[in-house]
Amino acid sequence: MTVMSRNDLLLFLGFTVVVLAMPIWLHPFGAAYPDLLQRFMIYGIFAVGFNILFGLTGYLSFGHAAFFGVGSYAAVWSFKLLSLDAIPAMIFAIVISGLFALIIGYVSLRRSGIYFSILTLAFAQMSYNLAYSVLTPITNGETGLQLTLNDPRYLDRAMFEAAPGQPVPTLLGQSLGGFAGFYFCAGFLILAFFIAQRITSSPFGMMLKGIKSNQTRMNYTGFNTKPYTLAAFVISGMYAGLAGALLAVTDPLAGAERMQWTASGEVVLMTILGGAGTLVGPVIGAWLIKYFENIFSAINENILHRFFDFLPDGVDNVLVAISSKFVGEGWFLTLGLVFVLIVVFLPGGIMEGVRRIAHLFDRSRRSPTKPGKATPHPQPAE
Amino acid sequence: MTLLKRGLSRRRVLQTGMAGIIGSGIAPLMFTKGAWAQEFCNNPTGDTVTFGLNLPLTGAYAEEGADEQKAYELAIAHINGEGDGGLISVLAPTALKGNGILGKKVGYVSSDSQTKSDVARAGATRMIERDGAIMITGGSSSGEAIAVQGLCQEMGVIFMAGLTHSNDTTGKDKRRYGFRHFFNAYQSGVGLAPVLGQEYGSDRRAYHLTADYTWGWTQEESIKAATEALGWDTVAAVRTPLGSTDYSQYLTPILNSGADVLILNHYGLDMVNSLTQAVQFGMRDRQANGKDFQIVTPLISELMAKGAGESVKGIFGTSNWHWNLQDPGTIAFTKSFGAAYGSPPSQAAHTAYVQALLYADAVERAGTFYPPEVIKALEGHEFDGMGNGPTLYRAEDHQCIKNVLVVQGNENPSSEYDVLNIVQEIPRDEVAYDPAMFGGELGPAEPAPLCA
Repeated sequence: MTVMSRNDLLLFLGFTVVVLAMPIWLHPFGAAYPDLLQRFMIYGIFAVGFNILFGLTGYLSFGHAAFFGVGSYAAVWSFKLLSLDAIPAMIFAIVISGLFALIIGYVSLRRSGIYFSILTLAFAQMSYNLAYSVLTPITNGETGLQLTLNDPRYLDRAMFEAAPGQPVPTLLGQSLGGFAGFYFCAGFLILAFFIAQRITSSPFGMMLKGIKSNQTRMNYTGFNTKPYTLAAFVISGMYAGLAGALLAVTDPLAGAERMQWTASGEVVLMTILGGAGTLVGPVIGAWLIKYFENIFSAINENILHRFFDFLPDGVDNVLVAISSKFVGEGWFLTLGLVFVLIVVFLPGGIMEGVRRIAHLFDRSRRSPTKPGKATPHPQPAE
Repeated sequence: MTLLKRGLSRRRVLQTGMAGIIGSGIAPLMFTKGAWAQEFCNNPTGDTVTFGLNLPLTGAYAEEGADEQKAYELAIAHINGEGDGGLISVLAPTALKGNGILGKKVGYVSSDSQTKSDVARAGATRMIERDGAIMITGGSSSGEAIAVQGLCQEMGVIFMAGLTHSNDTTGKDKRRYGFRHFFNAYQSGVGLAPVLGQEYGSDRRAYHLTADYTWGWTQEESIKAATEALGWDTVAAVRTPLGSTDYSQYLTPILNSGADVLILNHYGLDMVNSLTQAVQFGMRDRQANGKDFQIVTPLISELMAKGAGESVKGIFGTSNWHWNLQDPGTIAFTKSFGAAYGSPPSQAAHTAYVQALLYADAVERAGTFYPPEVIKALEGHEFDGMGNGPTLYRAEDHQCIKNVLVVQGNENPSSEYDVLNIVQEIPRDEVAYDPAMFGGELGPAEPAPLCA
């Protein structure tokens, strides 16, 4: 188990190259600006973590945004109380969200199937309401938790004078704005991907897949599946906490909205859209959704008019009128349509499409080899 | 050390000395001049500059956001010398020439902030990083304004706040790069309390329903302080989540609380809903403690009054501005907005329009887009003609000090827009306060942060 298989290694290397080269190949799509790239990385981590639970064990959690939010709040509090450095904030966030996942997981995992989903949803909604209106001294409610000039920051103050200006998170004194922030997050996405890959191919991962295909049989053969599901739940909660912390590192504001049930639903969408149970799928799903959210929602009628400019006047206006319903505030419509199409025609998500195409090519050359391990690099904008 | 080993020749000493004098004396001037001209976030190099409009087009404050967008489009057209020029001719003093800003045409990008702080911040980041916005403006919730203001300070981009009424925006959370034209909750309290005392007496028991975020909190605090100074009691203050649609669970307890005044610290759709439902509960027909039960809406706008319809008649509140004022600025703006969109502008539209113009004017006066210079041009700037009488952009907290209007729901509206009457115009000296009162720190303007 210590050596990676050749396919796994190729997949990992390919993934690394694609991620690190994102500022280059996303340029034609208008998405190569740091803020969106950082979000690609962060939600990629979130989806990879979610997939460890949902893709491997089949337990559908509808409350993962709670861990994401807890990670953010923990990170911002670490910036406020301890130090502006990103490392303590991230450790703090992962530990807190892990503990949180342990408690919620311990209770929720007493049930499976739809009851588990409802339990996690209930917990997440409780956490959201706590953050939104009950625990406002800790979370600052709707306004969101922010850094201010007169935060205590005990560690920093003990070591050196506070720098003037708005406090921003750093890494060992290095600012994490812009592309530096992107590469910082990219490093973590690659690491997260690597760990997920190792987990999937380990005996522990086999056990999780066993739980997914038939938990009753696992129990009859003498395995106690509870510790395994709980471990998977906590690991994926920690992934969510890491993603939440990174979001706070790149933009030090924690708002309650990121814990809402829509945010939990979003990560489910990402995973299913990309392909649950595959390694790359959830990441692609996350990229696709974030791309839609940021690019489609920013298109307004002016841009459409310019786009349809080559058409005669009447046709032009009709097309703008129709298509404007699908962009701007209406981007959810487009996303919904894409989602329906994919679920209907490619139940296994985008990765199934990739696999089918790879299969076509393989068949024409030689007998099919392991499908799904080949990773052509699909564009999130297709 | 080779210098010392060989010994110092006189020539050497002179050379080094001269170089030193030149280096230390003149070079920094050159460098600072270069830096002054070049190094800041989104320095516009072409012949256009871009404003980033961060507007809530969905959510509880969507209607205000839509009106703000119209106002920004109008302001940008006027700055570029299109349309009828609007308020440019009445702004005094003015440096605007109607040919854009510093000869550059103004364009804009926009983003839907969904009335959520998180989303507003992501949108602002996108407009700064991807679209190269030189200035961010808009927002119609204080939560958004405070979140975006912090971001703008980090990025080194000026933020001209739109509709934000929380004391914190220019108090506890004020920032050097953030500016607010709108008035605040404290000024509402100071302006409104005397009128309430006069109308409802000094022996009242008030019940607050408050939107649960920074604006609601500070407004509740300010109104409580102002009414308690009148001699009123505060029975309870209940927080309601922003964007609620059903208020019955909050309204029922009021009936048996012994309160005889309901104060609604709500805005936008929240206020339309809570006010309408309170009236449907029959609150205005009730008697409590032997007095008529009253409802007060400390901050109200035409859009909300229009939305609440019948319910708003006779209700007192405050406004930043009203289209029915009779000064040349207001008349010009109402005319120009009406011609473009067929309805009179709301106070949200007005503050948005004025903020865009003030920014453009400040850049013209500074002669550069370099934010620290623009900040200097705005700080302590005294101007007139924008519909609020003489106005001062206070340097200490970036709050505009100007007259405040006390308004009342019109009992006999002559049109669907004629829904509020101006009861009193409180002069600005009465609503001015010590800038240190709400704490906070502006932070430095320089070095100007460089966004990615």
